[in-house]
Amino acid sequence: MKLIFEKSISGRGQDIFPACDVPEVLPKVELRKTTAHLPEISENEMGRHYTALAKRAHGVNDGFYPLGSCTMKHNPRINEKMASLPGFVNLHPLQPAHTVKGANELISGLEAALCEITGMDAVTFQPAAGAHGEFTGLLLIKAYHQDRGDFERNEIIVPDSAHGTNPASATMAGFKTIEIKSNENGMVDLESLKEKLGPHTAGLMLTNPNTVGLFDENIMEITRLVHEAGGLCYYDGANLNAVMGIVRPADIGFDVIHMNLHKTFSTPHGGGGPGSGPCGCKEFLKPFIPGLTCKDGKEYTRAEKSIGNMTGFYGNFLVMVKAYTYILTLGAEGIPAASSNAVLNANYMQEKLKDIYPVAFDTTCMHEFVLCLQDIYKDTHVSALDVAKALLDYGIHPPTMYFPLIVHEALMIEPTETETKETMDEAITAFREIYDLLRKEPEAVQACPQTTPVLRLDEVKAAREPVLKYKFD
Amino acid sequence: MFDPKELKYTKDDEWLGYEGDIAVVGISDYAQHELGDLVFVNLPEVGDEVVAGEAFGDVESVKAVADVISPVSGIVEEINEDILDDAALINEDAYAAWFIKVKEVGDTEELMDADAYDAYCAAR
Amino acid sequence: MGTFIPNTKEEQLKMLNEIGYKDFDDLFKHIPAEAKVKGKLNLPEGKSEIEVDRIVSGLAAKNTVFRSIFRGAGAYNHYVPSAVDAIANKEEFLTAYTPYQAEISQGILQSIFEYQTMIAELTDMDIANASLYDGASAAAEACAMFKDRKHSTIYVSEAVDERIRTVINTYSFGRNTEVKIVPKKNGVTDKAELEKMLAEDPASACFLMQYPNYYGIIEDADELCKITHDNDAKFIMYVNPISMGVLKTPGEIGADACIGEGQPLGLGLEFGGPYLGFLAANQKFMRQIPGRLIGETVDSKGDRGFVLTLQAREQHIRREKASSNICSNEALCALKAGIYMSTIGPKGLKQVATLCSSKAHYMADELAKAGLERSHDGEFFNEFATKCADADKLLAALEAKGILGGLKLECGCILWCCTELNTREDIDEVIATVKEVF
Repeated sequence: MKLIFEKSISGRGQDIFPACDVPEVLPKVELRKTTAHLPEISENEMGRHYTALAKRAHGVNDGFYPLGSCTMKHNPRINEKMASLPGFVNLHPLQPAHTVKGANELISGLEAALCEITGMDAVTFQPAAGAHGEFTGLLLIKAYHQDRGDFERNEIIVPDSAHGTNPASATMAGFKTIEIKSNENGMVDLESLKEKLGPHTAGLMLTNPNTVGLFDENIMEITRLVHEAGGLCYYDGANLNAVMGIVRPADIGFDVIHMNLHKTFSTPHGGGGPGSGPCGCKEFLKPFIPGLTCKDGKEYTRAEKSIGNMTGFYGNFLVMVKAYTYILTLGAEGIPAASSNAVLNANYMQEKLKDIYPVAFDTTCMHEFVLCLQDIYKDTHVSALDVAKALLDYGIHPPTMYFPLIVHEALMIEPTETETKETMDEAITAFREIYDLLRKEPEAVQACPQTTPVLRLDEVKAAREPVLKYKFD
Repeated sequence: MFDPKELKYTKDDEWLGYEGDIAVVGISDYAQHELGDLVFVNLPEVGDEVVAGEAFGDVESVKAVADVISPVSGIVEEINEDILDDAALINEDAYAAWFIKVKEVGDTEELMDADAYDAYCAAR
Repeated sequence: MGTFIPNTKEEQLKMLNEIGYKDFDDLFKHIPAEAKVKGKLNLPEGKSEIEVDRIVSGLAAKNTVFRSIFRGAGAYNHYVPSAVDAIANKEEFLTAYTPYQAEISQGILQSIFEYQTMIAELTDMDIANASLYDGASAAAEACAMFKDRKHSTIYVSEAVDERIRTVINTYSFGRNTEVKIVPKKNGVTDKAELEKMLAEDPASACFLMQYPNYYGIIEDADELCKITHDNDAKFIMYVNPISMGVLKTPGEIGADACIGEGQPLGLGLEFGGPYLGFLAANQKFMRQIPGRLIGETVDSKGDRGFVLTLQAREQHIRREKASSNICSNEALCALKAGIYMSTIGPKGLKQVATLCSSKAHYMADELAKAGLERSHDGEFFNEFATKCADADKLLAALEAKGILGGLKLECGCILWCCTELNTREDIDEVIATVKEVF
């Protein structure tokens, strides 16, 4: 399909701006000599261009999206409606506090709800995404230790099953990443943890349920050991959708958490953001919280020993509006019910697939589970990637591939609570048909997909000869 | 190019050859094959110090990145600009596409000869 | 209770039994009892859509929407063309994840590739990334691009918005990097001081300036660039994207990287977010760029297609050695910016920039006539500061009329901003109010 620049014809365009009603004055400095090659296109042609692009995309509303670790649940329409209210959209972030009482009330209300769900004492909405929340949480840990005069704690312990953002965030926060092994059950190896704990331990970052979808049975022991060594416990809330109203991170020994409003709290992902990654913490970390907040409707204040700011203003406010709308809708009973059904759906799919696709750890999972296609690959040379690509021809978005790193040929499946049994049954049938095919005709699976707008793309060429923008003649 | 039979190897799959006193380092054919199509390499600068057993650069494929460990300690005398421009050369011939040349060679890592390395790879 | 769970209680029970569990308690029995929540969450009961609509709309109604806005300082009240939200809210865009599966994500990948091209064109730079969180965090990420073993100190002009500087400081607290402020003089970076500071520091990595700066002044970027390069540091410009319609570009000036707040490109004020950090750079820093990059390639039939590329820079592959931890960025906001730039085109870009500049100059002249002199000399684009005997009094008087006046600065001055949305009548009304108050 053509790029929008290839549809551009000189002299065409759209009339948006009025004539100037004051004398035209430009600054008396050296001005731009080049012309920006922006498209020149009518509204109709532009609309069709983007509609054609939309048809070449796949969202939750297009079909099943069991992308593990990403919680692709339904994005309620009411959320969008509320976030488009003029009383939110048209607020300048630097308006006087008394003119934005409703907005700040909403932020406080959301903070209170998230504190109740996580057990934490405060939440900052400064972080714009999950990884940004991790970075924020780690800076709180750093500031806490330094404030106590302890500059020796420069290590963050991270399990080998962790998301890549964990070690990357640790580096951004100036910590050295210390990796610990998972045991044969996919959980933290306590001996490995004990070995690594010491006077340099600033904290532990843990995803729980972990990235293979299991709730760590030793969780209380783990957080106790870290605290005994003088470290703090960071909860990566990427998988919070498994435990809302069932387990509260603060109750099981965690001191800091980030949540992904764009996963757990039903705000849409927008093809890669905007998200919102609020960071919660216990009382003793409150003095270090970033950003300005307004609790009394009168003035903005900053925490006493604030680490500063993560974003220019207050974080992704409209995303907060959507999450607040969601929490109001579900309420005290609906929130645990969502998690319960997410866990049920995952176990249902796991049970219906594990006879042919071995699960990495054969036990009750939480909201997601991981298939291990290593033996299938050895037998047939059909890889996890091939199976994923075959699912595309069924109109199903593939699971997360090749993650976590501790499972070879991994496919990580997270159905979420908003899928019906029928949808999952159809997906199970697709998985089973692909399995039959890969046993009979492995080449056919390796040649998938066949029905998509483009076939498999040459990623090596893209990386070896990077073309990152359109080349105008 | 270097004759793979004449080279020494590390367990991390680097090869080491000599041009007089100058050590030459690359990665083995086994390593390039395991990594798949390489798209980029990061190399040190001329004059940098390298330490036996420590990473001096890395190689990138589309989906992975791997450290390249120096088998010797010394000072970087020359880097292979050609592979900086075109990492595919390593896939084409791992024993022609050297990475760095090292002078003032000091410590050396424990190394295998070609036969021992072949056996080591076969056992993996 | 509102719910989005499709299955009925009976269906759930049937499914539980089918896979060998008695009930939900049985399903969760592997979680240690001591870890479980006792009782219910202390939250209100769930609500119907109508009730929720009423509550949230009530909160929105408690806020004041000003009919006329003269405040900028990092968030700008520009017109959002009708097409922007109509297109960007298409559900295929709205409800998709990051385009990991390229075959069914060409629409999103191509839209970002087009956005990258437009940002490169807008700023005259070689390449641009897929987006960062906002302008301030983009500035912090850009500074980190130029840190290496030998160069680590970040220099930032004091004439850069304090909000941006705070985020740079916070990121630098993390990375253990030193940030030095280059003092300002008469509202602009003190060149002599910059020269001196850089000359004394062999470990200087980069210098960041804002263009136009926080006070609205267009600094001598050519000279600042030359000083920075002469002292072996990299030159970073934080630009207002609308000003690119008329001002000499970072590409023309020779900047190594250019970042900015993309909010003026089709995003509302939104009480501060979600906004859009854009980042463009010289080709030679391609592998230091943080965040997603979309590249062109071909599929197995040879047809053109797009993929996430140069991913070995990123956290999911390079982990603790990644150039940044960013993954989710602001894709939908980048899409909006792309639609905005397609809507206005090169002609519209020049037009909107001219409107902003003209209105601001008219307003500055009229304010001066009414007794509010400019605080600084120096050419400006669409923001400028004026002296004011009693800023609070004037701003309150404006507020009473539904006008959001300029922002009061620490010095007691007011930082005014005009966009294409401020009509001559609106400006005259402000002037009239000034005359009433003083």
